[in-house]
Amino acid sequence: MNQSIIQWFKFGSPQAFYPLAGRMIPWFWAAAAAFGIAGLWISFFVAPTDAQQGEGYRIIFVHVPASWMSMFIYLVMAFWAGLGLALNTRLSGMMAQSLAPTGALMAALSLWTGALWGKPMWGAWWVWDARLTSELILFFLYLGFMALQAAIDDPRRADKAGAILALVGVVNIPIIYFSVKWWNTLHQGSTINLTKAPSMAHTMLWGMLLMALCFWMYSIAVALTRVRAIILERERHTDWVKHAVE
Amino acid sequence: MNALLATVRRDLLLALRRKSEVLTAVFFFVIVTSLFPLGIGPEPVLLKKIAPGILWVAALLATLLGLPRLFAADHVDGTLEQMALSPSSLGLLVAGKILAHWLLCGLPLVLLAPVLGLQFDLDASALVILTLALLLGTPLLSLIGAIGAALTLGVRGGGVLLALLVLPLYIPALIFGAGAVEAHIAGLGAGGHLSLLAAMLALAVFFAPWATTAALRIALE
Repeated sequence: MNQSIIQWFKFGSPQAFYPLAGRMIPWFWAAAAAFGIAGLWISFFVAPTDAQQGEGYRIIFVHVPASWMSMFIYLVMAFWAGLGLALNTRLSGMMAQSLAPTGALMAALSLWTGALWGKPMWGAWWVWDARLTSELILFFLYLGFMALQAAIDDPRRADKAGAILALVGVVNIPIIYFSVKWWNTLHQGSTINLTKAPSMAHTMLWGMLLMALCFWMYSIAVALTRVRAIILERERHTDWVKHAVE
Repeated sequence: MNALLATVRRDLLLALRRKSEVLTAVFFFVIVTSLFPLGIGPEPVLLKKIAPGILWVAALLATLLGLPRLFAADHVDGTLEQMALSPSSLGLLVAGKILAHWLLCGLPLVLLAPVLGLQFDLDASALVILTLALLLGTPLLSLIGAIGAALTLGVRGGGVLLALLVLPLYIPALIFGAGAVEAHIAGLGAGGHLSLLAAMLALAVFFAPWATTAALRIALE
């Protein structure tokens, strides 16, 4: 039993994780492409036209997965940050740092597609609704995290300071989630409900889930690519990096 | 507990010797709130409607102005390191510093707010709710701000970075603080908003000194 635990912790070292990440990246790209093709095919050709919203509703196939990922990535980032603070592992901080730009991208994408959707449906690019606002706050939190990490020269201190900020900011995630119930405004309620049967057509749901999987796999692939670059940058003084680059 | 009170007493004494620093933030609060009617126009109906929001945003910015001073001087002259080495827990000393910061930067805003609210034609009961909301909200601002101040201690461009880190975290306090007064004016009752503010304050009193201490230890490494 001890054997398997040691095997896992081995990859906590950047040197061991670097080649593992390199081997995993193509698989995640392949999965992202497969889910993406299937998801786009369903969302453009299979899913029926919405009775009220016409063809314009199809933007939710990008909007909803991007919103989900922006929140989920923040949780994952906070998880790595907390792990880094608790176990003092170097790789955890690098993972948190590599996830932040992808999370910010997802938040920006979610806000942007939301605006494109809002203009024909509500007649406004932006409304001060709870979920839009909390997504904007999440975007600010990502920016703050990246700015703090960029401002501190010592990478170990940057990791730890960023970790505390990520853990403080994670308090914001439940506020985002419950904001729909707290301020009941213009934004339609959550369409997907775990306790009730979903109120949308099954094909629409499948399209959205496949696109969410595609975004998920893409995020992993990009984060792993970025963490490999960060490992090389931070470990550049070591011998193994010199050999790895050759 | 003695250590906490001693820290509060020390910080208040230091501030009294340099009154101008504290007064700057207070005057900033007064000037910013007075700028809005000049920019928007003197219609009493509109001003009454936006008063809670303006007073709260101004309070947010005034608190932010005082935050870099919270640890900077102690960090430069080495007092902070002595605090970290002292036998009493750093968390307690940090809590004392935050309390002193609120007494110097938060409490004057709470006391001034009713006077400034009169400028915006708020009636007596709305002023009471505004003061209550600020009384619950400004300690929350000091507590959350202390985390940001500790994280940006000795960092390049610390002041602007501090605003970027702290302002998004202030948003819930702003929503419920200004919302309390608006709900009262609309006749809905401010109880719910004030309770939520108090709940966030209780959470922050428990967690913020702890997170601030962790951030300070990182900065001192």
